[in-house]
Amino acid sequence: MSANVAAPQAPSVFFQAAKEAFFTAILVAMLSILMVGYQTEVLQGQNMSYVTRFGDVMWAVILVPVGRFLLVLGRSGMLWPPVVLAGAATIYLFGAAVLGLLGLAIYPTLPLPYDQPMVNAIFAVGGLFVVAGAARARRDRTKGAQTFEKREAAEARQAHVAKNLSRILGPILIVVALVIPWTPWGDRALVDSLVLVMTYVMLGWGLNIVVGLAGLLDLGYVAFYAVGAYTYGKLSTSLGLTFWESLPIAGAMAALFGIILGFPVLRLRGDYLAIVTLGFGEIIRIILINWQAFTGGPNGIGNITRVDFFGLPFERNPAPGTESFHTFFGIDFSTTHRVVFLYYVIIALALITNFVTIRLRKMPIGRAWEALREDETACRALGINPTNTKLTAFAIGAMFAGFAGSFFAARQGFVSPESFTFIESAVILAIVVLGGMGSQVGVALAALLLIGLPEVLRDLSLYRMLVFGGVMVLIMLWRPKGLLAYREPTLLLHGRRGKKKAEVPA
Amino acid sequence: MDWFPYFLQQLINGLTLGSIYGLIAIGYTMVYGIIGMVNFAHGDVYMIGAFQAMIVLLLCGTLGISWIPLQLLLMLVVAMVLTAAYGWTVERIAYRPLRGTQRLAPLITAIGMSIFLQNYVQLVQGPRPKPVESLISGGIPVMTRAEGGFVVTLGYMQIIIVLLTVALMAGFTLVITRTSLGRAQRACEQDMKMASLLGVNVDRTISMTFVMGAGLAAIAGSMVTLYYGNNDFYMGFLAGIKAFTAAVLGGIGSLPGAMLGGILLGLIEAMWSAYFSAEYKDVAAFGVLVLVLIFRPTGLLGRPEVEKV
Amino acid sequence: MTAAPAMSAAAGADVLLEVERLTMRFGGLVAINDVSFHARRRQITGIIGPNGAGKTTLFNCITGFYKPTVGRLTLRREDGEQFLLERMDGFRIGQKARVARTFQNIRLFTGMSVLENLMVAQHNKLMLASGYTVLGLFGAPVFRRAEAEARDLAVSWLERIGLTAVADQPAGSLPYGAQRRLEIARAMCTDPVLLCLDEPAAGLNPRESADLNALLMSIRDEYDIGLLLIEHDMSVVMGISDHIVVLDYGSKIAEGTPLAIRNDPAVIRAYLGEDEQE
Repeated sequence: MSANVAAPQAPSVFFQAAKEAFFTAILVAMLSILMVGYQTEVLQGQNMSYVTRFGDVMWAVILVPVGRFLLVLGRSGMLWPPVVLAGAATIYLFGAAVLGLLGLAIYPTLPLPYDQPMVNAIFAVGGLFVVAGAARARRDRTKGAQTFEKREAAEARQAHVAKNLSRILGPILIVVALVIPWTPWGDRALVDSLVLVMTYVMLGWGLNIVVGLAGLLDLGYVAFYAVGAYTYGKLSTSLGLTFWESLPIAGAMAALFGIILGFPVLRLRGDYLAIVTLGFGEIIRIILINWQAFTGGPNGIGNITRVDFFGLPFERNPAPGTESFHTFFGIDFSTTHRVVFLYYVIIALALITNFVTIRLRKMPIGRAWEALREDETACRALGINPTNTKLTAFAIGAMFAGFAGSFFAARQGFVSPESFTFIESAVILAIVVLGGMGSQVGVALAALLLIGLPEVLRDLSLYRMLVFGGVMVLIMLWRPKGLLAYREPTLLLHGRRGKKKAEVPA
Repeated sequence: MDWFPYFLQQLINGLTLGSIYGLIAIGYTMVYGIIGMVNFAHGDVYMIGAFQAMIVLLLCGTLGISWIPLQLLLMLVVAMVLTAAYGWTVERIAYRPLRGTQRLAPLITAIGMSIFLQNYVQLVQGPRPKPVESLISGGIPVMTRAEGGFVVTLGYMQIIIVLLTVALMAGFTLVITRTSLGRAQRACEQDMKMASLLGVNVDRTISMTFVMGAGLAAIAGSMVTLYYGNNDFYMGFLAGIKAFTAAVLGGIGSLPGAMLGGILLGLIEAMWSAYFSAEYKDVAAFGVLVLVLIFRPTGLLGRPEVEKV
Repeated sequence: MTAAPAMSAAAGADVLLEVERLTMRFGGLVAINDVSFHARRRQITGIIGPNGAGKTTLFNCITGFYKPTVGRLTLRREDGEQFLLERMDGFRIGQKARVARTFQNIRLFTGMSVLENLMVAQHNKLMLASGYTVLGLFGAPVFRRAEAEARDLAVSWLERIGLTAVADQPAGSLPYGAQRRLEIARAMCTDPVLLCLDEPAAGLNPRESADLNALLMSIRDEYDIGLLLIEHDMSVVMGISDHIVVLDYGSKIAEGTPLAIRNDPAVIRAYLGEDEQE
């Protein structure tokens, strides 16, 4: 069947594919010849030398163009040969990689292009790409050419699916999150990782107010997280305040910083705002590093009081005359208690963030945020104060980051500037955008993926961030609007089911 | 005039640093001008340029090429060509498929690409900083302060950097104003859809913009390799942010603006480090950016936007 | 101020907007040159002129998007309160002086629903009722009542412009004519005293254009407001304007009733051509 489609134009298709493969080969050779081919090494006494790895270069120069060749064939309508070949390669490479990652002795005996299992796995992803490309070309062919109307209809369908999915997924995720510490899988390590994931869910929801609702591109969000963390750190170490006492102060401080930083710059548009917020993020970090007397410099602040159970600390040996969590409840001491409690604290904080955001969206201020995102000029014509409106979004977003920051400090017991680098801001922003701007469930999913994935990949230490960056790119290419992109009106005239697409009187 | 020699030395240092920022900033400003996105991976392309220049130097040693001008030429040309391939690939993989989607999607792929490239280099070249022996050292003593024997030196490397930058800027201006490619770029900058209707190959023009930006970044990388001689996989991040700051400072989208912004930023950093505190030089750089943007929201040489309603 | 007080003496009690000696320069370009006129309550004041005559610039000055170089713009409410528009920030003109406008190229919140567009227009009122969000967050009855009223107002406008059925759909998905009507309804939801319409009939077919005329006249007759109308479509301007101001190259060349304008030789020369097409 596929041969029928491809047959008449076969020679030119093969020629085209060969041509593209040839160019790909040249490109890959250019990319890899120095960077991969020569690994520089630093010797004793500041001298450098190198080792060559031409074998690795050669395999890349063979495999990638072959993949390109098959992809071009697949795109021009030939289905089975590319799918079978690329599929087989994918399965072989991926299977071998899994064997290698499990440390099985069979792995070194397999004939494979690369020694490192992860590199083989990355090439397997490339094979998957070819299969997907061919399958998609076939689908487009059978359904006819993509027209504007069809694409719009497809987008509307996707939004509809996203809407239904979030409605089902939201409650399920909450229930799963609540019960997971009590299931057999809920061991300390997992709950600990989930605490981290939930922190980012909360940060994502907070930033969603700024970016998703108000449309302000903030690349320095981590600064407010830092302000919250250091506020609690200082309050705990200098004034002896507990986490619960400090929490509102930390939020207020972060919000105050949001207002102070936001006021002069919120007039700026789009990317200018992005670079200025990025600059502020860096400024805060540099100050944290250098203001030794107040922030402790690069070492940060240590001995911050850990979170307690409403006055009961989680300590094995409580100070004489005081009670600890386990002595009060008469149970054996376990470090898991604290982790599980932290987990519920962060879930509560995150859900509060979520609940407040959902409420705010339906308030006049929330609608003004969204209107501002859509058209600032029109907003001004309607008498909406753009600066104040943006400032509220900025401050409220910052406040939630402040809460999350003080939680972070209470969890770690210490804070230092290296936790608040630009990459953190970038990751939080990526969570918001990948989730589908404005979609609360989407943000949670994206956080689970982006933060959970590196946790799962922890064993692959070196490849962890490589895969992380790659996944960010791939998801965005796959769904440019985000995983669950849809927008539900903040109030409905005709109820949820609504009337079916009504005729618009012209 | 006791302060003058010290000041002069800082001026020279600032100018050198500023030239490097300017070269990287051009890549940002061109890409922003043409497709309106911040190419966050550009700093890492610069880092790759520095690494490739370093490897070429190393290979020169192996091959027994010791004539310095030839070494320099080989380094620049090879690094430029091979780094341009990276620029092209990044655009092709991460940005072209997203053309015409919402504004934030390419920003996220750019950040993803940046993370990917950093870790790729860390994997293939190792995490340790690479010291590079300086090829060209020494300089011309310009003046000496009476007491203390402070000698103001104009390093040979500094001369090369500034001259090369000036030459590249001149060549570049010619490309943009005189060639058909430059015309196509300016047309795409104004109205991409219309340009494509008039037969400009938009994809190719954008690709060439990335190639040119990456080439310039590679030259900046080569210069930094020779000047500071300490490369690591993370060096692109701060340089990238600084260069982007320079581009915004000068007025994003404007080539002379990028150069001006770069030089200003270099001077601010050098002066601040010299007279106030080296720790807070980045704060000073960002502080100036914020001030400029507040009072002149489109940067120093950017065209002021007249709001159309 | 440089404004000549001579004009104010002539102003009757129902003068809503007084434009006095307004000049707007962009660098060397004089977009508006010493223009004075009045707009009255319960009247439609048409502003016509060839392309580039400075009509939209005039609107932008009145609604605060541009700060006029010279001149005075006085808005008089019926209760005697006065606003000097040239001294106010852009958004305050909408908020305090209650001047609303529409745009030449429609500016709806396209991703938000039709109903939401009309709710956003009532932002300031609702903001107060929600106690600057604090009361609203806790669901105070004051806010709930205000929200319900706002919604009723929005629904009444939707019925009036015939968009009730599509209230929950994104505003951007509406056909062109419906978007124009929605933009007018949105401006009206701000409860304005002066409504400025920038070419509301552009791109409408004759039937839609006639409907628009009816809508504008009903607004004039039912609400106690003045309308300022920029329009190219002569059938609209001549048909519904009570008073017409003609601009050419930034200067006012004539002013009067539609009939007077139709016969004014200066207008015919500058704008309608030597040979009238009517």
